[in-house]
Amino acid sequence: MPEIYSKYPMVKYLRKEALPTALCPGCGGGTVLNAFANAVDQLKLDPRDLVVVSGIGCSAWIASPYFLADTLHTTHGRAIVFATGVKVGLPDKKVVVISGDGDLASIGGNHLLHAARRNIDITVILVNNFIYGMTGGQVAPTTPFGAKTTTTPYRNIEHPFQISETIAAAGASYVARWTTAHVYQLIESIKKALTVKGFSLVEVISQCPVQFGRRNRMKEPAEMLRWFLKNSVPLAKARKMKPEELEGKFVIGEFVNRQRPEFIEELNKLINEVQEQFGLKEV
Amino acid sequence: MIIRGDEPEQIRLLRKLYKPGNYFMQGNEAVAYGALFAGCRFYAGYPITPSSEIAETMARELPKLGGYYLQMEDEIGSIAAMIGASWTGFKVMTATAGPGFSLMQENLGYAVMTETPLVLVDVQRSGPSTGQATKGAQGDFFQARWGTHGDHPIVAVSPTSGQDAFWEIIRAFNIAERLRTPVVFLFDGVLAHTRELIKIPDVDEVEITYRKLPQNEEEAKLPFGDPHGDGVPPMPLFGHGYFTHVTGSTHKENGLRDVYTPEVHDRLVRRIHRKIEKNREVYEKYEEHFTDDAEILVVSWGVTARPALGAVLKAREAGIKAGLFVPKTVHPFPGERMRELGKRVRAILVPEMNLGQMILEVQRYVNDDVLLKGVNKIGGVPLTVEEILREIRGVA
Repeated sequence: MPEIYSKYPMVKYLRKEALPTALCPGCGGGTVLNAFANAVDQLKLDPRDLVVVSGIGCSAWIASPYFLADTLHTTHGRAIVFATGVKVGLPDKKVVVISGDGDLASIGGNHLLHAARRNIDITVILVNNFIYGMTGGQVAPTTPFGAKTTTTPYRNIEHPFQISETIAAAGASYVARWTTAHVYQLIESIKKALTVKGFSLVEVISQCPVQFGRRNRMKEPAEMLRWFLKNSVPLAKARKMKPEELEGKFVIGEFVNRQRPEFIEELNKLINEVQEQFGLKEV
Repeated sequence: MIIRGDEPEQIRLLRKLYKPGNYFMQGNEAVAYGALFAGCRFYAGYPITPSSEIAETMARELPKLGGYYLQMEDEIGSIAAMIGASWTGFKVMTATAGPGFSLMQENLGYAVMTETPLVLVDVQRSGPSTGQATKGAQGDFFQARWGTHGDHPIVAVSPTSGQDAFWEIIRAFNIAERLRTPVVFLFDGVLAHTRELIKIPDVDEVEITYRKLPQNEEEAKLPFGDPHGDGVPPMPLFGHGYFTHVTGSTHKENGLRDVYTPEVHDRLVRRIHRKIEKNREVYEKYEEHFTDDAEILVVSWGVTARPALGAVLKAREAGIKAGLFVPKTVHPFPGERMRELGKRVRAILVPEMNLGQMILEVQRYVNDDVLLKGVNKIGGVPLTVEEILREIRGVA
């Protein structure tokens, strides 16, 4: 039996028959899976009360199939809408989406916006590694301006999508952004996201040394983590900075944490009202 | 584990809300009421002409039954949400029209691969593209069959009237549940918007089927196995502690992905085909009129089967031995019966509101010595009795 099974306490949350993971050495995906398992452990959640949904790509694999819960591995970009149907059917379970930036914010960008607007009680952990990893390192909507990828061999001339800012504005109950170099803050945010009623998003800036780092002079995972630490700016400080000063920085922290009417609760309230109005309640 | 919609409370509500009797309503409304009687308690959709009254009726009626109506941001979200809901034990439906059906194709394939029961109503309208948005057509016969990618079977049901739609949508749900598969319901813009007399039955007259659920832990551990030998695995629903893994990628019987072993893909995809092939009695259905002594056979489907019957009756009055064959489940095509009938007739006419689609299926089952001719009309106006009769006379 590999040593991991006796030494690593979080392994009890993993689907052993699916291990080892398909993630490259040095990938930030392992940190995200670790943080998620720790959050579940610290909250003492029963994995039988979790449904984890993901789309397509490297980050979609982080929890599905590896996390031992009901897991739904869906089509590209559609994890949040599959999760919406699951949540309607299982309002008492925690429905979590773990997927990448390409999946959730590019092809699935519209679903992300509308789930936040609806404020449906789903937790989204969005792993932002600035790149399409699984398909070979093509440019993503999150790729930094000027970066090199296989489809921007000269330089990227598009501006990166500010996901957390946008989803906070769209109406989510909870939004936070951390990097894989801020593991403890990340675990705390995932815990909050799992606890808050309403739509929650935790964006994790994550390293992809193989497809992104290698082409941008950071081929060692640690170099990428140092890059994150050096360029991270806490939200409070960022609010006092000019846009040009924030160019190329990672704003980290909690963007919103608020209470808004939640979709499934409202839906069930409406059904109750209608049944009362039509005299359909059993007396 | 429960499938929602069959609790005694639901029967009480249906009986209280919908008194048996005759109603004057649109085909679209008949589809919606049929779905409610079939136990559908989850609808996710996106408005599109000429299907929108199905969504409107569901939005009004579902809350009364404690069911859920979700208006999604697009068609892709609609089918995705209903697949998610189906895995929690809901009977689910969406309704759309041509362009929306095109958008749903990828996830229709996902539902085939993950063996997720659902009913997808396509109210066919003129195309290609936006075409004539408000007009009827029968141009999606092959989109239903071949719209999604890969080797896959599909079951598609097509009714011939509003009343027929009420019963056929119930049958579509029963097939979906029995075979754990998506079912396409090929309706059309003409029947969708035609108001006619629809008889609503008592709840007791409606027979409904539910998906097979695992009987024990062993069965639940193999969500894609075949423990009963009929090709249909019991479906372990989410939320019951089975740690089920569902993926659209090639998977083993336990649900885990394996895209590298040729045998795993072969075994999975062949079983999904086999469960449809071997369970023909679950879905095969056709109607026949005057086929015993027919010399000229009219083969028609959906909306066009009605003027086709009118034309056959008129032909009979005029002493022409015409008959009518109407597949009600259009995919898989009732080929065996078609072959038998094809041997006994001299000519076959295939009227359709398209430029010739189902005729290609008919052609596969008839010999060259039979005169085979399409009667085709496009432009959004249905074929008339006279137009079909003229063609019957032409080959008489």
